[in-house]
This record gives sequence, structure tokens and C-alpha cells, in this order.
Amino acid sequence: MANCKYDWPEAKDRKLIGKRISRIDGHEKASGRARYTFDMNPGNLLFGKILRSPYAHAKIKSVDTSEAEKLPGVVSVVVMKPVGKEPQPEIQWAGDEIAAVAATREEIAEDAIRKIKVEYDPLPFFVNEEDLSQAEGHTKPAVTEKKGDPEKAFQDPDVVTSEGYYGVPVITHCCLETHGHVVDWPDSKSLRVYASTQGVSAIGGQFADPLEIRADDVNIICNYVGGGFGSKFAVDTWGIAAAKLSKSAGGKPVKLLLERDHELLVAGARPSAFAKVRVAAKKDGTLVAWDSESWGTGGMGGSGVPPIPYPFHDKFPNFSRKHTFVSTNIGPSRAWRAPNHPQACLITMGAIDDLAAKLNMDPVELLMKNADLAPDPTLAKYYREELEVAAKLADWHKNWHPRPDKTAGTVKRGLGVSLHTWGGNPHAGNCAVSIHPDGSVEVKLGSQDLGTGTRTVIAIVVAETLGLPVDAVKVTIGDSKYPPDGPSGGSTTVGGVSGSTRRGAVNARDAFFAAIAPALGAKPEDLEAVDWHVRVKGNAAKTLTWKQACAKLGVKSIEATGAQKPRYTTEEQKTECVLNSGGVGGVQIADVSVDTETGIVRMNRMVAAQDCGLIIDLKTAESQVHGALIMGVCYALYEEKIMDRQTGRMLNPNMEFYKLAGIGDVGELVVHMMTGPGYDERGVIGLGEPPVISPGAAISNAVANAIGVRVPTLPLTPDKVLAAIEKGGMA
Amino acid sequence: MKDKRGTSRKGGGNRNALSRRDFLRAGATVSGGLLAGESRAISAPAAPETQVLGPDEVPVTLRINGTENNVHMEPRVTLLDALRNHLDITGAKRVCDRGTCGACTVMIDGNPTYSCSVLAIEAQGHEITTIESLSDGTRFDPVIHAFVANDAQQCGFCTPGFVMACRAFLNKHPHPTLDQVKKGLSGNLCRCGTYHGVEHAVLEAAGMGHAGVMAPPGAPDRKS
Repeated sequence: MANCKYDWPEAKDRKLIGKRISRIDGHEKASGRARYTFDMNPGNLLFGKILRSPYAHAKIKSVDTSEAEKLPGVVSVVVMKPVGKEPQPEIQWAGDEIAAVAATREEIAEDAIRKIKVEYDPLPFFVNEEDLSQAEGHTKPAVTEKKGDPEKAFQDPDVVTSEGYYGVPVITHCCLETHGHVVDWPDSKSLRVYASTQGVSAIGGQFADPLEIRADDVNIICNYVGGGFGSKFAVDTWGIAAAKLSKSAGGKPVKLLLERDHELLVAGARPSAFAKVRVAAKKDGTLVAWDSESWGTGGMGGSGVPPIPYPFHDKFPNFSRKHTFVSTNIGPSRAWRAPNHPQACLITMGAIDDLAAKLNMDPVELLMKNADLAPDPTLAKYYREELEVAAKLADWHKNWHPRPDKTAGTVKRGLGVSLHTWGGNPHAGNCAVSIHPDGSVEVKLGSQDLGTGTRTVIAIVVAETLGLPVDAVKVTIGDSKYPPDGPSGGSTTVGGVSGSTRRGAVNARDAFFAAIAPALGAKPEDLEAVDWHVRVKGNAAKTLTWKQACAKLGVKSIEATGAQKPRYTTEEQKTECVLNSGGVGGVQIADVSVDTETGIVRMNRMVAAQDCGLIIDLKTAESQVHGALIMGVCYALYEEKIMDRQTGRMLNPNMEFYKLAGIGDVGELVVHMMTGPGYDERGVIGLGEPPVISPGAAISNAVANAIGVRVPTLPLTPDKVLAAIEKGGMA
Repeated sequence: MKDKRGTSRKGGGNRNALSRRDFLRAGATVSGGLLAGESRAISAPAAPETQVLGPDEVPVTLRINGTENNVHMEPRVTLLDALRNHLDITGAKRVCDRGTCGACTVMIDGNPTYSCSVLAIEAQGHEITTIESLSDGTRFDPVIHAFVANDAQQCGFCTPGFVMACRAFLNKHPHPTLDQVKKGLSGNLCRCGTYHGVEHAVLEAAGMGHAGVMAPPGAPDRKS
């Protein structure tokens, strides 16, 4: 290692990388001083509100805003659907936007939308997709795939086959900071947007066409974002509406952040997936055949396809699968942390767990035996190591028992296991690094910190490279006027920003050494920056403090840039170095107790063993996994976008009935990051998605282990647990 | 959570059914009667007869973090919206806006309260304490330090509410057990999943002494 100038420092030389370092914006956020988009209150602020359709499917005959316009305090009104033209605009989900108003007070804006009169022509709608037999006319074939001869494999008298039904309903993102913007026009051609976004450098262009302005005249600002999880890549109809409201108000700022119900209705849904599965193994547990018929909805526009059988896919010796899209009037789907993977994982790992039970095999043993079905040999090795680590941390060999829990009493305990994979390759991006004569160091890039710790990762990389403490580096992100960085999705950010800022910091350091070497009577290549000093290697006498060294710059700052390209040729890799990669593994074990009288599932413990290459900040990396486990408990036990068959509306667009886990609901969390030799060499890999993939499967498997029967679909609510027990549990 | 006294101001899921203004009109005559004999968590300053406020803007005086603020707003404005929209005090966040999630937690007379579920006019005459009182930008309450050290936040949008709830909880239970922490903070919700850090932060802050602003640690935490 370390034969390419940008390479990560060797383990023995790392002062910061891989340590537990507190996030650099932690005090700002925890003290309430951080300003999110929702907190922007520029002078002359107008408040925007949106009128939404109560119908799941309807034509709009007319919209009359005249009464709203007359209300004192109302400044501008925008109709958001092309009313008055043929064909009549059609609403495809309850909650779709009709019109927006801006007023001097928030309460007046709320009154004004009630005064807008809309004539609808209601049409038939379809909102419940779980029963495919009822979905005639709403389906579209999505994927048909086959490898080998699964039918023949299932016929083999020496195999054991398990059949089952598994499913995950639509859930929402439920970002705590709702989607939206605070928008104003500094002049008639330029737009300033405080956005709650995952793509500071990426979304400006979305405003350009609808508003007939240049993309580079749109300034996007987002210093803090209150959750995204994949749902905040678009400026959305309400972003455009806010800009139009502001324009017709003479450019005054308009704040238009969604209401909580709107957030749950329209601002993000994870597609559902249901599947009928057959899976077969030899009596020794060797998996041989898979067959599934699956379906799901992501609203009207179809949805992604869960990559089943997951994660083995075409490594399965024989498999066939068919997936069907179901169109529903429920609001559009958006990427939700590890798109399609938690669904695929529940379906596959649930089916394999049921097969293990039929084989009378320990599921950890079965997964260990089949680890070579992993997409590549490295991952197979990781799975074996992670299965071992997780099993140890969960006391698996002591606590696991064959189904069901046969001990006395009405509360039954069970353990379940699952494994997962995700890419996490870097996004492309750029940065600018400055070293100033006063000793200050700044790095700028048009990135964003969703709460994953992006700012902190950037500070660590630059500080490590320049031999500085973390707090000596000023990290400036969250503005589209800085060098563009990729959007934060798909676990691409940590790889992207660490690649660009490592190169930028090395370039800055080398230019700095070249500038000050004469003053030290040395060659630039003989200098090193360590412990807040610059010194000549091997000559303790020739040492300057960082500040003294910077003062040698005179009046000229060092300005350097760095980039992470989308890909590098083999030739480019020799000079640009390989700083990151993709393809991680992870294993999780859930330990639950099920009250067989009430059907309530309680989490005792969740264990995660997770790899992600070279970890920059162990503290925020562990937090990602802790958070993913908790988010996993939420969707495993509580979350569902419940649609009403009668009205076509969502029944729980609020936080009383759209349930999230509270602090007392998650049990003990044990996280083990796989680091060191064998892992670090892979460079930096993203971590946001992978650990949220397995919890649903692991928890569902644990419940099956406790009560002896599968609760087919998430969330594992008491009614479903009791129904499963009645159908043959604890036998 | 027992300590919280926010009540849901809207019954059902249809926010269009009853506006805040309609609710206030309907409730005005009744509440005067109730106030006379009922023990209420927040009682309005004693008035000789029922006073009908609004629907137009009225002068409102709010004592926040020791300072009196005089503003005009409609009587239907919640304390949360008064803080955020009228006074630019934005640490308390609006998330569920109906007394479920705790992101808007402030203290009223020392008790943690969902500010989305209290009208600003009701909060007059009471001592309102917001997250802003726990730091001055360079010095921070021990709870804030503990949240940072234990990484008890990710996106951070629920965090000021959590910090306020923790501060109030620790004021009442200076030496809590983990079980007490889980019960005491059950009135706050987080989407990113930071409860693991919160538990550790509260326990650590409990060992760090009493409420009050203190200097930040000099160097970043580098436990390895």
C-alpha cells in the first residue's frame, strides 16, 4: 500500500480515520441553533399552503379561487393543475395538489385554501393490492426470469420443499422535517431556494424549465435536512408552486413546507411486495431450487422489483420468478433506504428460515452452508465471519431452539437470523480545499449532511491528510454555489466525499509544501505534516508549527481542488489511486418475546455484524447501524400505510396511528463493525442502506421461532400474531 | 408520558373538518365555565368574567427564557407557532403538530410540554423555557454535551425536543435507572433511530451534575 500518492494512510499512521469521533455539527443541532429549511424566517415572509384532492381518482371540472383571493392577507394564488383545458386534469391519488396560496399569516393561508371551490367528477379507484385476485385490470407483468430447471429440481425425491406466503405492505418515509422549500427571487431572473433536499448540487435544474430561467440562476441552500431516507431528490410540484407564489408576490419569500398529513399522503411511499414462494434444499441443507410469484404496488407508476431470491439471485442453482406490478391510487412511491431490498430480504430469508425449520436445521448453520451462493467469494467469506460474530454476540447457540419455544408460560421467546448485501460505491463529486496564511483550512463542496455525519467525515479526511485536529478544518457544504457533489442516495456519499476531499487535501498539502519548502531549506517531498506541525522528515530541528508554516505563505493562500470521478480506467487508477469500492455484507439476529395472549411482540435484542470497508468515523458509522436497526423495528412491528377501501384515502396520515417505535420499544442493540485487515483494504464504502435491509426478516424469523408458525406479512401486529397462532402456532 | 400535558386539539384524521378558529369559537363559552371549578394544568390568569378573544389579532405577552415578548396574533395560534412564526425562536420543531412526537417540547413553569398543543394565549403569565436557554453558542447544558458525545442524534430534527425532555426529566429524576429513562422519554419520537445514543446520553448527563450552561470540552472526543 501507500505507493500511490492519494492512498489512505496505513493503519499505523492513522490518527483520526477509523476512530470514534463526535460529529462536528453536534452542538449546533442538539442546542436547536441549527437552522433547517423549516426554520427559515426571512423578513416579509409569506406562508404557503396547498389544497389537496379528497378523492383518490377524479377529474377536475373547475377550480374557483376568487373567494380565497379576496381574503385579507392573501397575497398570491396558484392553480397547480391545468384546469380549463381538454382533457380535464385527472387526479390519481387522494392528496394530490390542486391549488396553492400564500398569505401574510400561516392561519390566513389555511383559511384561504378552505375557500377554494373545486368541482370534481369522481371516478372508480383501486387502493388494496394484497389480494391479487381482486386486482384485475390493474396489473402489468414486470419481470419473468428463469435459470436451470427448477421444476425438475423440485421433483427430486431427495429434496425437501417449503411453501409459503410472505409480504411487506406500503410504508412511508415519514421524514420529521416535511418536504418543502423557502423560496424568493432576488431579482426577476434568479431564484434562491432553501430546500429540504438530498441533492444540493442536483436539484437546481428542476426549477429551470417550469419557471423559464437558467439552471445556473437557481441557488439551492440546505445546511441541515431533517430526514430524507430517499424521498428528497425532487423539487416536486410544491417547490415549483412556491416559486410561482413568490414570483407573483413580487419576489417576496414564501415558505411552503408540507403539513404532516400531506407528508404521509404524497411525499414518499415504499412499494409493497407480496410473494408466494417454493424453495427446496437437499436434506443436508444445500439450497437447490427457488420459485416465486410476487407482486407489489408503488402507486400508479409501478414500482421497483425486489431482487429475489436475495441476495443469492442467479447463484441459486435453479430458480424461476415472476413479478407483477399493481397500479393503485395511493400516491407515488419513492426510493426508500435500500430500495426493494428489505422486501426482497423478508421474502427470501423468511422462506429459507421456514425451509430450515422443515429440515430441522439451525438456520445459522443453513446460511453458513450456503454462503457460497453469495454474489462473490469475498462476500461469502464475510458472511461466514459475520454469521460467527453475530451468533456469538446473540448467544445464539445457547438461546436458539427449534420451533416453537416449548418452555412453560404464555410469553414465548425466539431468535431469528438474516443476511444482506448492498453496493455503496461512491458518487462523483468535487471539492475545493484552501490553506490560508493565518493557518485556517477550509473545504467547500455542494454536498449535504442528512444526519449520517457527512460533515464530520469530510473534516476527518482533510484533518488526517494535513496532520491537523478535526476542529481545525472548516467544512462548508449545503450550497449549490460550491463545487458540485453528487446527491446523497444509495449509500454513495461517504465514498464520494472521502474520495474527492482526500485528493483535494493531498493536492493542497503538496502545493503547500512546494510553497514553503524553500523557507525550511528542504525539498517539498521531504516535508511532512504531523500533529499540527510541518517538519522535515528525520530532522527534528527543522520543525514549524502549522501556523508558523502557513505564515510563510505571505499573502497567497493555497487553493486546490479534488475530484471523485464516476469511474477510473486501469491506467487512471495508477495516478488517481483506488480509494473506495462497493459490495458489503451484513448479518443480523433478532431476539424477541411474543405474548401469546395479547399477540404483542417485544424486542429483547438486535445484533448486527456489518462490514463497510475502511471506516472513516467509527462513531457515526455505528450510529448508522443503530439507527437502521431501530428503523427496522419500526417497519417490522408497526408501520403500514393503511388505505381505506371505501373512500380510497389513507386512514393514518398522522403520527398517532402511523406508528413509529419509541425509546422503550427497541430493546438492546448490539453493533459490531467488521474492521481491520481483510476489510480496510477495500477502501471506503457507503453504509446508509445495508443495515436496514435485514431487520424485518430477522424479526419475522424470530417470531416464527417463538410461536412455531410464520406470521406471513409485516408489520407483525398483535392481530396478525394471534391469527397465526390460531392457525397452528406453538404446535 | 405522564409529565406531558398536551392534549390533542383535533379529534380525527380530517384536518379540514374543524379549523382552529372554529374550535376556539365553539369552545370559548364552555371553557370559561370549566376554568372556574376544574383544576387545570395551565390555568388562565383569573378573570372576573368570561373574556372572548378574537377572531382578530390580540396582544399577547409571553415570558420566554426570562424575557417578556409582546406580540400580536390571532388567539388560535399555538405556542409553538407563536415561537416559530412570530418570534423566530425555532429550536422547538413542528413535526406531528398534534401532541404525539415531542419535537416541540418546551418547559412551562418547569414542566415539559408539547408546545403544539397549547395556545399562545394560554401560556401567558407562565414561565416558558425553550431549548435556546440551554446554550449561548459557546457554552452548553450538560445534556447537550452528552448528546454530542454519545451521538444521540442523526438528522437532528427531533433532537432539541429530546434534549428539552431529557433536561426536564433529569431535573425531576437526577439519578434515573435505564428503565426510568425509557419510560420518562417515551413522549418523544425519532425517525433516524437515535434512541441507543439518547439512553447513554441521559445516563451520562445524570452523572454530570445539575442543569446549567457549561463550557464545551476543548477537544473532540477520541475514544478508540
